[in-house]
Amino acid sequence: MHAGELIASDWCGHRAKAEDLPKAWSLMEQVMDPEVPVVSLVDLGIVRDILFQDGRLKVVLTPTYSGCPATEVIEQRVRQALECAGYATPYLEQRLAPAWSSQWITEQGRQRLLDYGIAPPQEKSGPVPCPQCASLDTEPVSEFGSTACKALYRCLRCKEPFDYFKCI
Amino acid sequence: MNQTDELIDYLLQMGDSAMITGQRLCELCGHAPSIEEELALMNVGLDLVGQARNWLEYAAERLNDGRDADRLAFLRGEHLYRNLLLVEQPNGDYAQTCVRQFLYDAWHFHRLQGLQHSSDKMVAAIANKALKEVTYHLRRSSEWMLRLGDGTDYSHQRMQKALDQLWRFTHELCTVSEREQRQYQAGLCSDPQQQLNAWRETVESVLVRATLNLPPPAHYFYLSGIEGRHTENLGPLLANMQSLARAYPDARW
Repeated sequence: MHAGELIASDWCGHRAKAEDLPKAWSLMEQVMDPEVPVVSLVDLGIVRDILFQDGRLKVVLTPTYSGCPATEVIEQRVRQALECAGYATPYLEQRLAPAWSSQWITEQGRQRLLDYGIAPPQEKSGPVPCPQCASLDTEPVSEFGSTACKALYRCLRCKEPFDYFKCI
Repeated sequence: MNQTDELIDYLLQMGDSAMITGQRLCELCGHAPSIEEELALMNVGLDLVGQARNWLEYAAERLNDGRDADRLAFLRGEHLYRNLLLVEQPNGDYAQTCVRQFLYDAWHFHRLQGLQHSSDKMVAAIANKALKEVTYHLRRSSEWMLRLGDGTDYSHQRMQKALDQLWRFTHELCTVSEREQRQYQAGLCSDPQQQLNAWRETVESVLVRATLNLPPPAHYFYLSGIEGRHTENLGPLLANMQSLARAYPDARW
């Protein structure tokens, strides 16, 4: 305990109002995915909804994979971001249905993945372009990569291996 | 058994088979034949343990006796586990690991398809999510069946041996129990007979392409995973998996 620190406070954050929703969304745009730190939770489509309920904010999250170890960290970060911004005891809800889909990743999210060196999910069939040199001459090495959401590929032109964000 | 008990029993069947398969796969951490396979096996294992958590959390909610998913997984004895006999079999050589995984993945895939439109909304939600992941699992294990079955004479021989050894545990994968029939009538799942036919078709078509011989249908024998009568292999697996939770009950970190 240092001098000047408050022991207790009667300030417990302001009550959320309906006007706070856009601000809450922009806060969520600043919370990055723990495993791919260049895309936000909004880019990934993990934040499904933000509501205003009984003076509290309620954030609805849909996990990407059943066993994704980042799920708990994401919850912690969302809570922390909201509390730091002054929203006391936000309410978090995990929603399983509809199941998360890679189609929910935004255009901005796809561009950010690509810039980071991860090939974004490709809904149409055909070769996966190399995120380094854009060559279409690539091949899968393994259906499973460094995290549950990625597969491992390699480029036959620039010879670089790369991660591909799987379609689910 | 009343209807709630039957639902819980079903949730445990789904959760326990995923949990035990996940645990078996995690035993290979640091021991897989190549780095890509290691990543794949751990990813599949992780998906399955995550799915098991979803099933067991829902089972705990319906049980409503103060136990949570962790307690169900880590403090339940062998005879209360409802997993398939197939998935508790040891990893053996890589042929056995591949064949076990393929037979389970095919069963799991069709089972989840049958739950997609369950009258129970939570069951449908968990199944829909899991199905996306299991589609990948089945594709991967089918590819290994083809690659090793239709590989060299030696790899073919080992795959056939593994298939012949594990096939006897498929009896419960291709038999509809009275309980499942009741669950079907209650709207929990689609027609279990159709799921089994689909399982058989998938397995047959992959085995034919893998140039492996389909063994004759497995006979009933006195053990049954879904009834809690397990082989000698489940006990040591659980002893290992549950040792920490039993040594330090309710530990938190």
